[in-house]
Amino acid sequence: MENLIALLVAAPLLGAAVLLCGGRRLDRSGHWIGTLLAVASFAVGVLLFADMLGKDAEHRALHQSLFSWIPVEGFQADVAFQLDQLSMTFVLLITGVGSLIHVYSIGYMEHDERRRRFFGYLNLFLAAMLLLVIADNYLLLYVGWEGVGLASYLLIGFWQHKPSAATAAKKAFLVNRVGDMGLSIAIMLMFTTFGTFAFGPVLESTGETSEGMLTAIGLLLLLAACGKSAQVPLQSWLGDAMEGPTPVSALIHAATMVTAGVYLITRSGAIFNAAPDAQLAVVIVGAVTLLFGAIVGCAKDDIKKALAGSTMSQIGYMILAAGLGPIGYAFAIMHLVTHGFFKAGLFLGAGSVMHGMNDEVDMRKYGGLRKYMPVTFVTFGLGYLAIIGFPGLSGFWSKDKIIEAAFAYDDGIRGWIFGGVALLGAGITAFYMTRVMIMTFFGEKRWQPDESGNEPHPHESPKSMTIPMIVLAFGSVFAGGLFSLNESFVKWLEPVTQFEHPHPVISVPAITASTVVVLLLGAALAYVMYGRKPVPVTAPRGSLLTRAARRDLLQDDLNHVVLVRGGEHLTRSLVYVDHTMVDGVVNGTAAGFGGLSGRMRKMQNGFARSYAVSMFGGTAILIAATLLMRAV
Amino acid sequence: MSASAVHSLWTTAAPIEKIDAPTIEYAQLLPTLIVIGAAVVGIGVEAFVGRKARYYVQMFVTVVALVAAFAAVIGLAAGGHASTEAQIVAMGAIAVDGPALFLQGTILLTGLVAVFTFAERRLDPQAHGNQVDSFTAQAASVPGSDGEKAAIKAGFTTTEVFPLALFAIGGMLVFPAANDLLTLFIALEVFSLPLYLLCALARRKRLMSQESAVKYFLLGAFSSAFLLFGIALVYGYAGTVSYAGIADVVDGTVQNIDPALADTMGNDALLLVGGAMLLMGLLFKVGAVPFHMWTPDVYQGAPTPVTGFMAAATKVAAFGALLRLLYVVLPGLRWDWRPVMWGVAIVTMLLGAIVAITQTDIKRLLAYSSIAHAGFILAGVIAATPDGISSVLFYLGAYSFVTVGAFAVVTLVRDAGGEATHLSKWAGLGRRSPLVAAVFAVFLLAFAGIPLTSGFSGKFAVFKAAAEGGAGALVVIGVISSAIAAFFYIRVIVLMFFSEPKPEGPTVAVPSPLTMTAIGVGVAVTLVLGVAPQYFLDLAGQAGVFVR
Repeated sequence: MENLIALLVAAPLLGAAVLLCGGRRLDRSGHWIGTLLAVASFAVGVLLFADMLGKDAEHRALHQSLFSWIPVEGFQADVAFQLDQLSMTFVLLITGVGSLIHVYSIGYMEHDERRRRFFGYLNLFLAAMLLLVIADNYLLLYVGWEGVGLASYLLIGFWQHKPSAATAAKKAFLVNRVGDMGLSIAIMLMFTTFGTFAFGPVLESTGETSEGMLTAIGLLLLLAACGKSAQVPLQSWLGDAMEGPTPVSALIHAATMVTAGVYLITRSGAIFNAAPDAQLAVVIVGAVTLLFGAIVGCAKDDIKKALAGSTMSQIGYMILAAGLGPIGYAFAIMHLVTHGFFKAGLFLGAGSVMHGMNDEVDMRKYGGLRKYMPVTFVTFGLGYLAIIGFPGLSGFWSKDKIIEAAFAYDDGIRGWIFGGVALLGAGITAFYMTRVMIMTFFGEKRWQPDESGNEPHPHESPKSMTIPMIVLAFGSVFAGGLFSLNESFVKWLEPVTQFEHPHPVISVPAITASTVVVLLLGAALAYVMYGRKPVPVTAPRGSLLTRAARRDLLQDDLNHVVLVRGGEHLTRSLVYVDHTMVDGVVNGTAAGFGGLSGRMRKMQNGFARSYAVSMFGGTAILIAATLLMRAV
Repeated sequence: MSASAVHSLWTTAAPIEKIDAPTIEYAQLLPTLIVIGAAVVGIGVEAFVGRKARYYVQMFVTVVALVAAFAAVIGLAAGGHASTEAQIVAMGAIAVDGPALFLQGTILLTGLVAVFTFAERRLDPQAHGNQVDSFTAQAASVPGSDGEKAAIKAGFTTTEVFPLALFAIGGMLVFPAANDLLTLFIALEVFSLPLYLLCALARRKRLMSQESAVKYFLLGAFSSAFLLFGIALVYGYAGTVSYAGIADVVDGTVQNIDPALADTMGNDALLLVGGAMLLMGLLFKVGAVPFHMWTPDVYQGAPTPVTGFMAAATKVAAFGALLRLLYVVLPGLRWDWRPVMWGVAIVTMLLGAIVAITQTDIKRLLAYSSIAHAGFILAGVIAATPDGISSVLFYLGAYSFVTVGAFAVVTLVRDAGGEATHLSKWAGLGRRSPLVAAVFAVFLLAFAGIPLTSGFSGKFAVFKAAAEGGAGALVVIGVISSAIAAFFYIRVIVLMFFSEPKPEGPTVAVPSPLTMTAIGVGVAVTLVLGVAPQYFLDLAGQAGVFVR
């Protein structure tokens, strides 16, 4: 059975190769090839999953060693895969949601003449993402890590004719490099500390290593996670990444790639468990980001950017949970999966809306769309209820557990702080999602003809788009409940991530009750602000906080002042040093030799007598030097 | 006094000892004998063959002789004379061993390729319906005189260059194989005198050519005098001119001292002064500083094919002789000569590289380049290890083909006044004749020691040997010199490819297959030794043991 693991990666990789090298003759069939291979990968995943379920919990992990990658004395890197329960969860999420989004893209990208290339990139992404989650060592994981970064870059900038898309792709790439640097240094430290990259030996020998080293590795891994998962302070690229086609936003920038950071931290759990300081940093990053993303989401009028803020915030929850240790890992992954369903569904819904609205993204120009797109409305609405944590739906089960775990951080003030932040985040989530819902589907219709006089004619999207949305809506509704039934999900993951029951500072029913109250308050506030009175088509000036949130809480301004300006000053001074000192030395040396050369060639005066004198003198020196050598 | 009385005086004064007839191992001397014999035949050809046919007959004789001599070298090497069968022949005068055969093979091949460029007759425009080569119509005529014009009109050509070249090659074959100081001296003269003549034979710029020949002759004679004086002093010290004999005295292992020489024998001052003078004579030939000053003037004035021949083959022969002298005769004096040679190598590398920067004539540029290369090779000589010997052998083989090829390219770039050697005229050559410019760029890169060319392999080998031989500082200076030298090589490439061609720039003549062969062989050897040098490094490594 373990020999099938490589097929997971091989199928989409083959698709990428065929589609990207195949040329124009595949233009008409390319999207089918891409979708077929994604589904094939999913089928292999399901097969492996069924096989895994048949075994008892302790013997489920599979291992496949493909070949020795870098066999050097003292440095062994293998291409080998490890498929345990954690990887399996990701494989199903990636291939499942990935397949659905492939199907969706057939309709969404129908009129794009570069559709074949788009599917090639999507397959490339799947291959890299699967490699990331089934690698059995950090070095191979890094290959997948960089691979998804590349695919993300290519897909964000897919419409490269738009300068904004090209810039956004570049921004995502650059910001991710910062995180990647963290991962690569962490891997180097691992090698120097443990002498290997393989998960097994590294994670088993954390007990014999100094806590300082583990903290350093943990913080570097956190930096990597911040880059890939758009966590503060490396969050700035995610909003701009919405320039990519909407299926890309759904798959890569909501459901899968951006959760790679959560995977990394969960996978490296043994390191973090042994480094409480690094864990605290993880929790702080998660808590800050969940508020940051939520606040940004409240102010955005662009539907995709509002959802991007929401993604950031929800991943903040996951990171927070992952930082809590064994009481949180399982819930982080559970929220990751349920989020994969409802956020992908929400993005596909947003794409469906845009599809019917001439690619308009400004929610102030929507309004009352529920009559025109009933399927989209219902599926989006279910996703909405799921994300705000409406009791009984997926988000409720997973988020509520995270809030509980956050309250259980410790017995003192920190438990209150982190629990409080998580609870507050739930309220803000309810507020901004209700706002999105109302502005899009309720109220008056606000759309107008664009400059060229085309008035949008909102209509329901084709079957290829609505069916994936319906499937995802089912996941949004039922996945959480299913996972929580008899704690099945926690038990499933327990052999990999360990599990301890959290003991919150206040009782569990009280937390659940206050969560529900908070979300009702948030939703009600949004209703009062946006449902009771008409939404203005041009955004009002708004409060200072609103304006700051519209500018992503000044993240770019901060980066500009601190990093860009600082960098410019640094490069300018380096250029100055280069021009004056380095070039000065180089040019001075050259000029010196040139001058020396000019002076020395004067000795070559063309007179044989001078040459003879030179020879005579030379011989005299030669003899003198030889005698001198003997003398000393 | 009667005749019988005189006779009795003779007989009583010197009791006759039996003089053994010398034994000569003709088979082992075959390469040299073939070449010298062919040269003598060439003289006969000059005397007896009609003017029209001479060129062809001479070329035939020369090429056949060189090929046959090379075959003889291969035969000797295959017969084990390079390794197990290595021996001293001709009554101790000549060594037949690995280095000697390797260098003789190199000299013969280089000479063969150079002779092709000697024979080139398509570059200059025809004079009075006759094809002409690079050599003057009649060497004895005064430049610019009526006699010269008449000679040109009559279609005279100086076919003597072929036997002269053969004599020179013959001397060069003996030079690195010479196993006593007198043979060394005679070989030196045998190859130097024809070279002086060849330098004077240019068809164009004859005054410059003759000036260069006279300078070369005067300074060469001067250095020969030093060499001879050195031989005399060393004889005074050792009582013998044979290498092995001198080495024995140096080592202090000699048994019986000649009573006539008892006063001087073993006097180290004689040895040191004489040894320094011997070194000076050889350093003059390799063009090491401060005995280099003839090089630029002679390289510039001599006919370019001769310059190529001289720059390549002379250097091979002279370094061969230098190696044998230092490794066979003077190893016991290593601590005396090594520091001195250090100094010579350093100033040679630096001065060659630095002065080349400001040169404006391509032939002078290559002359200074050859000085710098002499310095690099000296670094390998100084290593004083078997690796040092083999690295020098390899370097010489690699360098000689690049040199012949580069000078052959120089003959192609011409304007109304003959070869256009001023660098400014080479501007934009890459646009007009991309192939020729590219080939020349390959040679320049090889000179600069860029990887994938033979120059890199050679330089790496000598620097490695020098570093392992304890001359690390020398290697550092060598690398710095290489960096300086890279500047002017690359500058020529930049000039050829990235400058606008001048409107009245030179044209590139289309040569006959002769020059094409010379250039093609040069490029092929440069690239093969650059890409896959191992076989030849091994060959040089096996050849790197001197017989004693």
